[in-house]
Amino acid sequence: MKRTGFILCLLLALAMTVSMAGIAAAQPVQKNVIMATTTSTQDSGLLDVLLPIFEKKTGYFVKTISVGSGQAMAMGAKGEADVLLVHSPAAEKKFMADGNGVERRLVMHNDFIILGPPADPAKIKGMKKAAEAFKKIAASGSVFMSRGDNSGTHSKEKEVWKAAGVKYEGEKWYQQTGLGMGQTLAVAAEKKTYVLADRGTYLALKKGLGLDILVEGDGILLNIYHVIEVNPKKWPKANFAGGKAFADFMVSKETQDIIKTFGVEKYGSPLFFPDAGKKEEALGK
Amino acid sequence: MDIILEGIRQAFILLVTFDPEVLGITLFSLKVSGTATFISLFIGMSVGTVVALTQFPGRKFVVSLINTGMALPPVVVGLFVTIFLWRNGPFGFLEILYTPTAMIIAQAIIATPIVMGISLASMQQLPKKLRLQILALGATRLQMVRILIREARLPLLAAVMAGFGGVISEVGASIMVGGNIMGYTRVLTTATVMETSRGNFDIAIALSIILLLLAYMINLVLTYVQQRERPR
Repeated sequence: MKRTGFILCLLLALAMTVSMAGIAAAQPVQKNVIMATTTSTQDSGLLDVLLPIFEKKTGYFVKTISVGSGQAMAMGAKGEADVLLVHSPAAEKKFMADGNGVERRLVMHNDFIILGPPADPAKIKGMKKAAEAFKKIAASGSVFMSRGDNSGTHSKEKEVWKAAGVKYEGEKWYQQTGLGMGQTLAVAAEKKTYVLADRGTYLALKKGLGLDILVEGDGILLNIYHVIEVNPKKWPKANFAGGKAFADFMVSKETQDIIKTFGVEKYGSPLFFPDAGKKEEALGK
Repeated sequence: MDIILEGIRQAFILLVTFDPEVLGITLFSLKVSGTATFISLFIGMSVGTVVALTQFPGRKFVVSLINTGMALPPVVVGLFVTIFLWRNGPFGFLEILYTPTAMIIAQAIIATPIVMGISLASMQQLPKKLRLQILALGATRLQMVRILIREARLPLLAAVMAGFGGVISEVGASIMVGGNIMGYTRVLTTATVMETSRGNFDIAIALSIILLLLAYMINLVLTYVQQRERPR
């Protein structure tokens, strides 16, 4: 027992020294960049490709916190993140208007798609307007599975419901998972319901899922990603230089070229389309 | 069923090829949970022993708190540790959120009440007369405690196993305070969650199998230590 106690104290001391050393080393130049982002950028594997390049180039260490866009922006608004990579334009505009961000730059886009079981009980397959399809789903009383987590996908879904003019909250056919995209797709597939998903996650999980793309290509379904640097005036502790370096990297030509071809090999089509320097309004036209 | 077989096959491949990423994650899981368990042993066993061997007003209330702590949900711990460690939170100056240190702190908070509760119960179940006898033989208080700990080593090692089992398998706190950062704070459980949401079920199953193997090996060692001598 005595020896165990000794080893224990030794380990404690060691653990403390290691952590202290870590703190001391981090102080002179802020090397850590906290990047809050949506789950789709991480789950698609895009960040696994981009981050090592960025870290090697700049010497920064990126701490990716992969949450829904809503939570990512909440972190940014509290100064708990340095840079955001998010896809919830309406909420982003509010974020900027509140003075939480310095610069908001367009990075890339892909699109949302309405998925459902092949049997398609609401008969929406091939419809051109997402809002019309939502109306039909509601009218038929077929179950719709929502993320329900304030993510970018969830906000887009609410936008489409609003455009459809349908009351959905509290309806029996409207269910919420409160989970990420991958898990929500799994639930929707299992229960054979309709669901709105970003194309990237769908392509990554498509195999054996049993959900078909029923509606796509409507302008409202664009899924646009922006990179936002958190306002250092509001949050002096934020690593603004690191955040800016990351944002610059995301819109650089090199990165945009990688985004253009990312996923082609594995899924047969790109998961994201690079858009740096373009106008948001010009997308999808 | 195919997917489970495929997962087992993947686990086998990852293990025999010593896949550097998986090996790193496994060793890191062991390091974080091991350190957290050690810290929890230190605090849990000392407080547990003191509470077990002393009488004071409100003792039953304290014991009930410790026992409730054994059911402390990891996500709750994760949430509070995150809030405390935020840059602009009370301990923000430490700058340890999303680091292994933060994970060790959170896991130690989860494991401590477990170790404490089991230590308390195991010390308390020793016959009262034993204490009187030891003291009557002229032992000091500290010597008595040492003998009692030796007497209670079987359930105390069970406390170690329960504490370690609690933290190596938890995911809620680790993902919140660690952030599941590749090559830095990714452990077996958070990697499993991520691979599942990426749809890589075979890799997720492989990681689960490695986690189970790891837990089994640790407990095997502890069980051997525990059962070294024939129980009384």
